[in-house]
Formats: sequence, structure tokens, C-alpha cells
Amino acid sequence: MKKVVFLLTLIPALGSLFVINRVEPYVLGLPFVLFWAICWVGLTSMFLIIANKLDPANKEEEEL
Amino acid sequence: MNAALLVILFFLGLCIWLGLQARKGKEMNMEQWSVGGRGFGSLLMFFLLAGEMFTTYTFLGASGGAYRSGMPPALYAFNCFYFVIAYWLLPPVWKYAKENKVLSQSDFYEKKYNSQALGILVAIISVVAVIPYLVMQLKGLGIIVSEASYGSISPHMAIVVAVIAVTIYVTVSGMHGAAWTAIIKDILILAVMVFMGFYFPFHYYGGIGPMFEAIDTAKTGFLLFPEQGLSISWFVSATIMTALAFYMFPHMMAGIFSAKSGKSLRINAGIMPIYQVIIVFSLIIGFSGVLQVPDLNGPDTDLALFKMAKLSFDPWFVGVIGAAGAMAALIPSSLVLTAVSTILSKNIYKAWKPNTTDQELAKLAKRFVPVIALVTLFFTFNGGESILTLYLMSYSFMVQLFPALFFSLWKRNPVTVQGAFAGMIVGSIIVIYSTITEMSLATLFPSFPNVIKDLDLGLAVLIINIAVTLGVSVVTKKSAARVDDDTTISNLV
Repeated sequence: MKKVVFLLTLIPALGSLFVINRVEPYVLGLPFVLFWAICWVGLTSMFLIIANKLDPANKEEEEL
Repeated sequence: MNAALLVILFFLGLCIWLGLQARKGKEMNMEQWSVGGRGFGSLLMFFLLAGEMFTTYTFLGASGGAYRSGMPPALYAFNCFYFVIAYWLLPPVWKYAKENKVLSQSDFYEKKYNSQALGILVAIISVVAVIPYLVMQLKGLGIIVSEASYGSISPHMAIVVAVIAVTIYVTVSGMHGAAWTAIIKDILILAVMVFMGFYFPFHYYGGIGPMFEAIDTAKTGFLLFPEQGLSISWFVSATIMTALAFYMFPHMMAGIFSAKSGKSLRINAGIMPIYQVIIVFSLIIGFSGVLQVPDLNGPDTDLALFKMAKLSFDPWFVGVIGAAGAMAALIPSSLVLTAVSTILSKNIYKAWKPNTTDQELAKLAKRFVPVIALVTLFFTFNGGESILTLYLMSYSFMVQLFPALFFSLWKRNPVTVQGAFAGMIVGSIIVIYSTITEMSLATLFPSFPNVIKDLDLGLAVLIINIAVTLGVSVVTKKSAARVDDDTTISNLV
């Protein structure tokens, strides 16, 4: 599960731009490619926080 | 003396005062000075690591990049890949550092590979890599202050004053000083950027949407990745390279070591991307300049933000922007200075004179601060490189330390000391050579398809580095196994 969440965070860095490289449609006034990148800022954050919740390493540390 | 200048001086004074206050109630031993006693929680860590992220590059570079070349450098400026790497890489590094009382990034390599020589090599590479980084910050600062003072202060003068200021408070407060000034700086930058990011598009174009539409009409393709040059393959490779190099910097490692727990680092990695939103505003500011101040060329494009500000605001507010920008240069510089001085005293001087006591080392580290500051000043005044060139040079060097660190975190480290040495040296030599000769994959292989030609050279060198590291390791591992019994191998290296 943790790995799945992690793989999702790789989408914006690796390759999705080949498909997304376009100006139209404008979203919130932003060209689509910029909007897409901004979305991933939020999504990366979310996925990392979820991964952190699922991370067994946190429990280990509390026990130490 | 104008209003802008007074505002900048006020904030500079505030920074120094805060830096000096931060040391109160703490005995400044080496661990306090260089890694803040390893007691920074999530919140302070957040500001500290963010303080290292948002530098003059973000302030001038991102807006200037958007202004100059449109979308590719804009998206590159706020990639989140750093934090994905950070999430997985940093906690184990922190854990090892804590268990082994590691203070600097070279310590880490020295202890992991049980080789003082490797520690020294890492220290040397870091110092070399950090100089262009500091030069970049100072150049940016010179531009910012001289612009914000409407030319009444020359860039050289501004740089000299800034170097003195930063030297004082780094010497006195080390890591503590940086952490507290980072908070002030972040609040100021956030306020200034958000305000300008909305003000410019609405004032000059009637909204963010109309602004982008106007740019798209005036300059077709400006808002897209081109087929070649700054293409998507450039973006992907440069993103990966900088993300891997990012945490190799001695000051970033010191930042990591000052965390309280692995968990605070993971949370930090999770919330840092939100911080990137500031850069979006920087980009919008840059884009807003495209049709308003269209005459900037070459290195002047980095001034897009200030040209826009001066066109639109009263001097005192230009001063506030200048102060935010100056702090964006000062805080990272102070962190870098702290980290490099720690390395110089602990990993290079101590290797040379092993029976130096910790107290002497702490004193020595502080004495290295002005020395490095002077060396940086020399290069700042004598080099002609642009901010982006300096940035990429520094990162290409730093990324050469990645393979040895990465493999050392494996349960069974496949890399030997010799392998780590060979990889780092070969990598660094290629970087130096390619920087001097301005080599790139496009000049090496002109007939290759663009997908390959546009790849970032730093990443290509990293791949060579990994190959050399692993290759040499396989060879030396065999011979090491043979002499394993008398354990002479660890004495040899």
C-alpha cells in the first residue's frame, strides 16, 4: 500500500508531461500544463502525508 | 538615502539582532553551533529546510526564468520531486547520524565507510561545490539590494555589507541564528510574493486568465515545452538530478541532522510541497513582465521582478521587496557557511591534526567563517557566470556524492571504499571538464535524437559515476575478501 502511494508521487516527475504539454483548456485562468503541475504540488503533499500515516517506521520509533 | 534603503537596513538589523538573540541561554558547543543540539521539531525544521529551499534562485531565478523562457524553467522551479526523495532518504540518514553522533555530511561518509580519507574527499568536493552556490546567492543579493536602493548602493557595496552581516551572526549563533531569522524571512517573502502575484496580473491585464491568454496570443508556444532545447526530456532529467543532489549539500545534511526524529523529517517532506505554492506567485510575476517590460535581455532577465515592482510601487514597498530578497540570499548563505566551516574544521583540520580537542575545533570552525566568506567574495567579484550556470554547476558537483550515500543505506552495502572514491573522483573530474569546456550532450553527440541531446549533463555524469562506483567495488570486493582475515584492508584506506 505504501509503495502504491509512493509510485503515485512519481507521476508528475516522470513522463506525464508528454501527454499534458498543452495550453488549452485554461483552468482558473492558468494554462493547463501549469495547472497540472500545481495540482501535483498538492497531491504530492497529500500522498506523502498518507504514506507517513501508513508508515510502520513511525511506530518503531515511538517504541524506542 | 531613500525610503527603500531604510526599509532594507531595518530588516538587515532585525536579522542580526535575532541571530544574536538566538544564542541566549545556550552554551555554544560544537553540536549546538553546527546542528542546533539536534533538537529542532517539525515546525522549526519546516522553516529551516524551507529557508534553504527558497533562495535568490527562487526569488529572481524563477520569475526571471518564466520571463525569459516561458514554461519549462517555470515548472522546473517548483517540482516536488525533492520531497519524494526526502521522504525516503532522510529518515535513515538521520537515524544513522543520531546513533553515530554524526555532525557533518563528511562525517557521515567517514563513519559509514570507515575511512577518514573518504571523509576528506567528500569535504573537498563539498567545499568546491558550495563556493559557486554562495557566489550565486551573493550575486543575487547584490542585484536585489542595488535595484531596490534605486542604484544608490552599488552591487559590490551591498555584497560587502551582507557578507559582514552574515559573518557576524553565523560566528555568534551558528544554526540557531539561521533558524529564527528563517521564520521572519519566510513570512515576509510569502506576503510580498502573494501580493505581487495577484496585483500585477489584475492591474495590468485584468486577471490571471486574461494575462496568460494575452501571452499565448503574443508569443505562441511560450507557455509550452518546446521540441528541443528546454524540452520535456531536459525537464525530467534536470528534475531528477537536482532532487538527488539537493540533500547532498553539507548545509542540507546539517539541517537534517538537527531534526528531533525521523518522523519530523517525514512530516516535513509531506508539508514542504505546500510551500512550493509561493513559487507559483513568483512565476506569475515573471509572466506578468513578459508584455509589460519586454526589453530585458541576457542576464538582465533576472531583474524582471524588480522592473515590475519599480514600475508599479512606491519606493518604501520596493524596499520591503528588496529586504525579502536580501534575506532570501542571507539565510541560505549563513546555513552554508555554518555547514562548510564545520566540515573544514572537523573533517579536514582534525584529520591533519588528530589530537585537537572539541573546544578548539568549535573555535576553529568559527574562524573559518570569515575565511570562506572572503574566498567567496573574491570569486563573486571576479567571475562572470550567470545565476543559472552557477546553480547547475553546484548541483552537478553535489550529485556526485549521491551513489556512495545511497548504496551505504542498503542492508548489505555493495560499494567498497575504493568504489566510492573512484566514482566520486571520476564524476567530479567530468563535471569540472564539462564546465570549463561548456560541453553538453548536444555538443558531444550532435546527431542523436533530441530526447537524448537535451538530457541534463549532471544526470549523465551521475550514471557514469554509478557504473564506475559499482564496477570498482566488484573488483575490490574480491580482493578484499581474500585478505579479509588479517583485516589489513581497513588500515590501508
